[in-house]
Amino acid sequence: MSKKKRSIEEINSKIRSGKAVVLTAEQVSAMGKEMSPAEVMSRVDVVATATFGPMCSSGVFMNFGHSNPPMRMEKLTLNNVPAYGGIAAVDCYLGATETAMPHDPYGGAHVIEELIAGKDVLLQAQGKGTDCYPRTEIKTLINKNSINEFIMFNPRNAYQNYNVAVNSTSKIKFTYMGTLLPAFGNANFSTSGELSPLLNDPEMRTIGIGTRIFMGGTTGYVAWHGTQFNTGKPLNENGIPVGNAATLALIGDAKQMSTKFIKAAYFERYGVSLFVGIGIPIPVLDEDMAHRVSIRNNQIETNIIDYGSGNFEILGRTDYRTLFSGEIKLNGKKIRTAPLSSVKVAREIAALLKKEVTEGRFLLTEPVELFQKTTGLNKLEVRI
Amino acid sequence: MTSRRFVLTFPPDATGEPITYNLIKKYDIMVNIVKADVSPGKIGHLVMEMTAPVKVLKEGMEYIKKQNVECEPIDKKIHYRDDLCIHCGACSAVCFAGALTMGRQSAELSFDPEKCVVCELCLKSCPLRLFSIDIG
Repeated sequence: MSKKKRSIEEINSKIRSGKAVVLTAEQVSAMGKEMSPAEVMSRVDVVATATFGPMCSSGVFMNFGHSNPPMRMEKLTLNNVPAYGGIAAVDCYLGATETAMPHDPYGGAHVIEELIAGKDVLLQAQGKGTDCYPRTEIKTLINKNSINEFIMFNPRNAYQNYNVAVNSTSKIKFTYMGTLLPAFGNANFSTSGELSPLLNDPEMRTIGIGTRIFMGGTTGYVAWHGTQFNTGKPLNENGIPVGNAATLALIGDAKQMSTKFIKAAYFERYGVSLFVGIGIPIPVLDEDMAHRVSIRNNQIETNIIDYGSGNFEILGRTDYRTLFSGEIKLNGKKIRTAPLSSVKVAREIAALLKKEVTEGRFLLTEPVELFQKTTGLNKLEVRI
Repeated sequence: MTSRRFVLTFPPDATGEPITYNLIKKYDIMVNIVKADVSPGKIGHLVMEMTAPVKVLKEGMEYIKKQNVECEPIDKKIHYRDDLCIHCGACSAVCFAGALTMGRQSAELSFDPEKCVVCELCLKSCPLRLFSIDIG
């Protein structure tokens, strides 16, 4: 490989002068079939990656503003969905998966989507009352313009690869990987494959703390590594972790987001989740990055896992070209496949991000800090 | 020959006329029952595929309607809000009949009501709840 390099600053000056070449991750994957990394590097400056899948570990911080007389909101609900009030007086965190009752098909994600849409939401709160916060109860309507901050902060998004779920049992199973038909009746998977951000920069050389991203229709940032961040997963021959590995914690201004790229979801007998639209521009800094962004679906592999039996046994391995073909083979049996993550919307995000960067409205960032490597995840031991 | 799927809705006081028998014997229509839930005293439903030349199918439908039984093509009974669809593919996972499929290149969902067997699994499997059905 040649030592040729370009810096993020060089790329940004090209973006400012309207000369940067930006391709979507799918376009560059197609290019990588015919061209060497050196040729890809000489032709492309930035690659637009994207994903739009259900991401449970999502939610919003809100500050409602003070009422008169003021109140310390200790227990609170929004459209009857409980929000966490154990912060300061009128701050709360509403988790996407929260519901009023265990099997409600309406939850935090739906409240978030309604707020983003500009709708009024019913706020009810109680507090014990203090000398400085005498009010003990409140019932009022709020919307995104009436409150101060409305910040989406998602502790774990953009999973780098994920399992394929099948069901070996004789009963239908309802899971966060969708409905699994008995006797290997289907196989569900959930990534955007070669379009997915962390599969185009598997070692996270360009994505770190402070990276500017597209989030839910507006600009957001990588706040930290995501929870359950794991760089200890075995890699395949293309340097891609097999199964769920790295993750990102993301932050962005929910007031500016769009319901086109933030969608509430309900998975039968599992619960509520949130589809989050994420796009990350990846700078082609050198031939190694050119090689990474050229990754194709057939080079990205993952494990097929039995979600039916309860022990999550690995039954086999497959790749995304096969998964997107509509059928995989497991122990000689053909199984229909289905995605849960929308490639159609991910393509729209990648195209939008490509346009923003090309037209000079979205500059790339040097990470403030790169992520530390990890060796694996702790298990929760039941000790009493 | 044309094959179409229909939903027949029987009134609670249906007379017990052997409709499917007559469709076969008198009209020479190939009848394939997909789903049936008909009991006396209740509104009943029968989902069936009828195969015959178009003219004969029309005569068959007229005959069914004359028995005071509603007969509607299946796509009039199953509703899919495609304007709100995000094309995630979760419904295609459960559709073993192959009515809901993802385009390999387009990554878009397509719905072919003529393949639907009215198992109703998509109603529960769509994370946005975009399917509804007015049968029973």
